[in-house]
Amino acid sequence: MSASPLIEIKDLRIRFHGDDGRATHAVDSVDLSVANGATLGLVGESGCGKSVTSLAIMGLLPKQSAEITGAIRFDGFDLLKTPDQTLRDLRGNRLAMIFQEPMTSLNPSFTIGDQIIETILRHRGGSRKSARQRAIELLRRVHIPSPERRIDEYPHKLSGGMRQRVMIAMALACDPRLLIADEPTTALDVTLQAQILELMRELKAASGAAIILITHDLGVVAEVCDEVAVMYAGEIVERAPVDELFSTPQHPYTVGLLGSIPRLDHRAEQLATIEGMVPNMAQPPAGCRFAARCPFVLDACTRAPPPLVEISPGHLSRCIRAPLELLVS
Amino acid sequence: MALLEVEGLVKHFVAERSLFGRALAHVKAVDGVSFSLEAGKTLALVGESGCGKSTVSRLVLRLIEPDAGAIRFEGRDLLSLDANTLRAFRREAQIIFQDPYASLNPRMTVGQILTEPLALHNLLPPAQRRERVAEILRLVGLEPRLERRYPHEFSGGQRQRIAIARALAVEPKLIICDEPVSALDVSIRSQILNLLRELQDRLGLAYIFVSHDLAVVKHIADHVAVMNLGQIVETAEADALFAAPSHPYSRALLSAIPVPKPRAKRSRIVLQGEIPSALNPPPGCRFHTRCPYVVDRCRSEMPQLVPDGTGHATACHRTSELPSSAAIVPSDGGFSPVLEKLVAAFSGGPEAVRGGGVSSLGTDPA
Repeated sequence: MSASPLIEIKDLRIRFHGDDGRATHAVDSVDLSVANGATLGLVGESGCGKSVTSLAIMGLLPKQSAEITGAIRFDGFDLLKTPDQTLRDLRGNRLAMIFQEPMTSLNPSFTIGDQIIETILRHRGGSRKSARQRAIELLRRVHIPSPERRIDEYPHKLSGGMRQRVMIAMALACDPRLLIADEPTTALDVTLQAQILELMRELKAASGAAIILITHDLGVVAEVCDEVAVMYAGEIVERAPVDELFSTPQHPYTVGLLGSIPRLDHRAEQLATIEGMVPNMAQPPAGCRFAARCPFVLDACTRAPPPLVEISPGHLSRCIRAPLELLVS
Repeated sequence: MALLEVEGLVKHFVAERSLFGRALAHVKAVDGVSFSLEAGKTLALVGESGCGKSTVSRLVLRLIEPDAGAIRFEGRDLLSLDANTLRAFRREAQIIFQDPYASLNPRMTVGQILTEPLALHNLLPPAQRRERVAEILRLVGLEPRLERRYPHEFSGGQRQRIAIARALAVEPKLIICDEPVSALDVSIRSQILNLLRELQDRLGLAYIFVSHDLAVVKHIADHVAVMNLGQIVETAEADALFAAPSHPYSRALLSAIPVPKPRAKRSRIVLQGEIPSALNPPPGCRFHTRCPYVVDRCRSEMPQLVPDGTGHATACHRTSELPSSAAIVPSDGGFSPVLEKLVAAFSGGPEAVRGGGVSSLGTDPA
């Protein structure tokens, strides 16, 4: 990792204030950084705070109900202190995002061309004609066949895979430095998923952009990420280079996740399961948030929140029992 | 005799009508599908969205009526059943849907949801039904006291358990599982897969398992049928299919499975082009527009499913000429030695770990 990362998140905390006056701790003390040209995977199950973190980076959380503290440094800005006007200049320009639902993230009443051209004109200016030319070029780059014709079609005419490619084309319109992809392939079939992952790899190689990939699919993570951060109940519980995460995970939750996915090469009679449920984040537990579901739990785990500790270079775990291999050797 | 035999099943939906109601265009959702399923076994239907796999599963239950073909359940012709005998048949075959948030009536308690099938089929005297509800809740790993709660009080995984319990209430022989774990988180997914497997062993259930997640299919299925645009293009024992997929479409599908191993060796076949519309499927082999091995014959002549000696059947003109597919399915290499031990310890609970732990922190399934 280079000396100065492209984006650096320090002690990010997000609380949502409900109508009943109670606060939900969605994200707690998250530290992350991504270098130029690197891909970080953000992994975890529903409600762990991975999407909320990405929305905070984009400045898309509602101001009335979300209380955000910490710092998100990107390209010389602290995004949390940046005025809206400047944020609008960054979004879609140097910061771009792809959402999970290609079916609902395009405006049905404008052609895909209009939507891509709007982005280009907003950030780059120039004539409509040259913007259209660039839009066609972008559609070609994401392998949409006959882009000169497709550019004038409405989203409903396109299949799910095509729409996701349009979303990617739109995200790439202004050559972003950072691309956040929130479950970009979850709604797609494996064959399309393969195409989209291939495309993301291609584009990263060509443009050198950094990518934050949010997913619950560890297979996808293994394919495209350099580094992985595993989130549980609003906290990062493990951070590691991708190889190490899959070979020697250092947090019990990661072990549970890896054990619960069916393998192609190994027919287990029983898959590992993680018993119990995610804690109520209106009143997070005093100690380790995973303790109630953890088979490796000690009394000490429930007393104080464990810190995120470096176990080996670049490999961090929020577990007092790490390194875990000592438990089973 | 097979539990279920399906022959030449056809369903065309009308996509467009003229002013006077005459059909102008048809979606050929299912076009000549045949298979059979033994008692106690699992058949998986796989394919991309729109290939007709869910339609097949609904046709088998006569939730929608086929246009042609035969469905025999324990030798009985389902299509000739009248309304009463059809209802009686539904006791033998049940279905679990993908979305456990939409498939349970929010105004009924769990107890009512599970009693309803017992009452409909008049299975037990009312006095014994509560006892039976408690029994099936225990069977799916929920506590009987939960019967007074409403669906919104449960998590997604628990709701799917309730949906499974409802299917089990009438003691069926066949359960259709239509993407039963697709809407669930990874750790919950493994609980439901384990449960389905355990119930099959214990009760001798047969499953038709509809899924687009191929690693899950490999885990749970005995037999797999690969569908493309309303037709089965390949069918085989699961192990045989994953060892060496034969049809070019199956090869592409299986080669694309993402595996949880960084830098896994793979020879991914990325299909070019779009899935053709089922409204107007291509002539000849329906895969020919995307097939890397296409020849002229494929464009005009529809290939038939031809079995080899072992029951592995493929619908492709070029089956014998295609290159070896032995290395098509990516290898995830299983667990690393350390992970293997860690997962075993994780599943074994506190006693499996050196140094021990406290067990007083019981987990609350509710």
